[in-house]
Amino acid sequence: MKELSFELKEGLIISFNALKANKVRSLLTTLGIIIGVTSVVLMSTAVKGIDEAFQTGVSALGSDNMYITKWSWFDNDVPWWEMRNRPEVIMDEYDQYKRMAKLPLATAPSAASQQTIKFGDSKIEGVTITGVTSDYIKTTNFTFAEGRFISETESDGARMVVVIGSEIAKQLFPNGGAMNKIIKIKSNKYKIIGVLDELGSWVMGDMNPDNQVFIPLDCVFKYYQNARGSITINIRAANSQQITIVKEEAQSIMRRIRGLRYDERDNFGINQQEGLLNEIDSTIGVVQIAGYVITGLALFVGAIGIMNIMFVSVKERTKEIGIRKAIGAKSVTILRQFIMEALILCLLGGLVGLLFAVILSMIIEKMDFPVSLQYDAFVLALLISLITGILSGFAPAYSAAKMDPVEALRYE
Amino acid sequence: MNIINIEHIAKIYTVGSEEVHALADVSLRIDKNEYVAIMGPSGSGKSTLMNMLGCLDTPTSGLYLFKDNNVSEMNDNDLARIRNKEIGFVFQTFNLLARSSALHNVELPLIYAGIPSEERKERATQALLSVGLGDRMHHRPNELSGGQRQRVAIARALVTKPAIILADEPTGNLDTKTGEDIMGLFAHLHDQGNTIILVTHEEYIAEHAKRIIRIRDGYIERDEFVTNRIIPKTKISVN
Ligand SMILES: Nc1ncnc2c1ncn2[C@@H]1O[C@H](COP(=O)(O)OP(=O)(O)O)[C@@H](O)[C@H]1O
Ligand SMILES: [Mg+2]
Repeated sequence: MKELSFELKEGLIISFNALKANKVRSLLTTLGIIIGVTSVVLMSTAVKGIDEAFQTGVSALGSDNMYITKWSWFDNDVPWWEMRNRPEVIMDEYDQYKRMAKLPLATAPSAASQQTIKFGDSKIEGVTITGVTSDYIKTTNFTFAEGRFISETESDGARMVVVIGSEIAKQLFPNGGAMNKIIKIKSNKYKIIGVLDELGSWVMGDMNPDNQVFIPLDCVFKYYQNARGSITINIRAANSQQITIVKEEAQSIMRRIRGLRYDERDNFGINQQEGLLNEIDSTIGVVQIAGYVITGLALFVGAIGIMNIMFVSVKERTKEIGIRKAIGAKSVTILRQFIMEALILCLLGGLVGLLFAVILSMIIEKMDFPVSLQYDAFVLALLISLITGILSGFAPAYSAAKMDPVEALRYE
Repeated sequence: MNIINIEHIAKIYTVGSEEVHALADVSLRIDKNEYVAIMGPSGSGKSTLMNMLGCLDTPTSGLYLFKDNNVSEMNDNDLARIRNKEIGFVFQTFNLLARSSALHNVELPLIYAGIPSEERKERATQALLSVGLGDRMHHRPNELSGGQRQRVAIARALVTKPAIILADEPTGNLDTKTGEDIMGLFAHLHDQGNTIILVTHEEYIAEHAKRIIRIRDGYIERDEFVTNRIIPKTKISVN
């Protein structure tokens, strides 16, 4: 036991001396490991980040929500031209649906448009303007940093009031004080009556409430909408068990409203977050597969490189191996020494890779891409470099260990 | 007491289809505190014999008893342990680790013996002092002269207090004067009670020993005590 610890310490000294003597060679050799570890850590970080962002996104929108729209979001069975020719979902249909539906917790119509908004010299283009009624808030989990949502009177009377998302507030009012200010949407002026908390996340795209503003529905109809009267029906189920029956009810009511025969397809879409979930899963899947392929290739190349350099190192140090054996080093000692050297090489590569990954993920985070650096990623990185080290070091180390001392001493 | 007892040792190398009898049939005994020179022309089997005695190599046939233990039956680990604890090698080309200091080179056998760091440093320092290199401990081999390197090697051989010191042509790479110094050091070590086996092809060097074993073509030709032993003029100053 005692011998082992001295021997390991000696091994460490030898390894570092060897690395110092061949700095460039060592660096080049570990490149594969560096790339491998960087990519595996970045991948797991990105996957985790996307996943977390999605979770917050879903909970902001409400996970028990569905949306009746002209377009089906994730239905690949219906060709796009058929969807394009579907009738718009209109307010009259919403009123009928609301009257007939027994199961939903809340329902609300909404209509969206992309517009430029301005405050003073600040201007944001392509903002999603969502027209809503006061009921809309019951279909969401919105919370407010300041102010309140649009009231029934305001929505019925199409008052020029607006509730803005956190990101919009940040951009137009970097120093705060958004409440009661007047902003311009296209050419109409609105008073800010509420600012939302930060709720959504990047993955939700246009659906992210942080990047939206909310105004009375009739204002959208009056000033912004091209496809006259087209709305989304927002429906919230009481809980996740209710989703299926609420959806079935909505489907049958909509078919009745539209007077569809039994052999006709739905000419509307009932969409759920689940669709988004599948979308996100496939995104994550692509990231993961790409990550694994890059990691696998890099590690494979890295391992071969390390094995090769270790064989070279063993060959170069044949004489040294002979000397060590002559003064009492056992074969296992030599074996451990060279495995340790490969291990240290890989661990150094792994640490550098980890460092790269941390720096890169910080840069990516600055670009507003969700990342989440995990402890398991560190463990994974070190584990991978450890295993690579042992696997790639074993064969060269074994060839060193089984050298005949007399032959080794004679080597020049 | 016999330290070394070999009987009818043979070592046969097969090169292609040809068999080389590096050692044909050798028997000999060496006692504690002997000073023996193994003499013979180049290719006579001296180094082969020394490697055998030093447990670096195993014979093709024959019996080797080291301190009454049968070396022929030992495994790799046992051989490594004997080399570590019982044998001190000194080579013609010094065979020091180039990247390590003199002190670390001398410490190395103690590391493999599992001696704790402090004791190791102490003993290695002592060994270097005893070969007159107290002021060169932190030098690397390439910062030392040939004679100094060989003295580091001798310190490394001594440091484990081995049963025998085996030196294969230890003066072969040194000039006459330095070679004489090294022979002085061996004489001194012998006086202190060490058992020394010296391999050489030079009559003059061999005559420093007390007993000369002459070998030729893998056989012992003659084995005799030296009557007019050369006592080196220069002895290493030891404090
Ligand atoms: N590994 C080996 N393979 C083949 N022949 C060898 C080997 N080692 C030594 N020999 C042969 O054995 C004989 C004795 O060699 P060696 O013991 O080195 O002689 P010396 O040290 O007396 O010069 C020589 O003929 C040499 O060529
Ligand atoms: Mg020889």
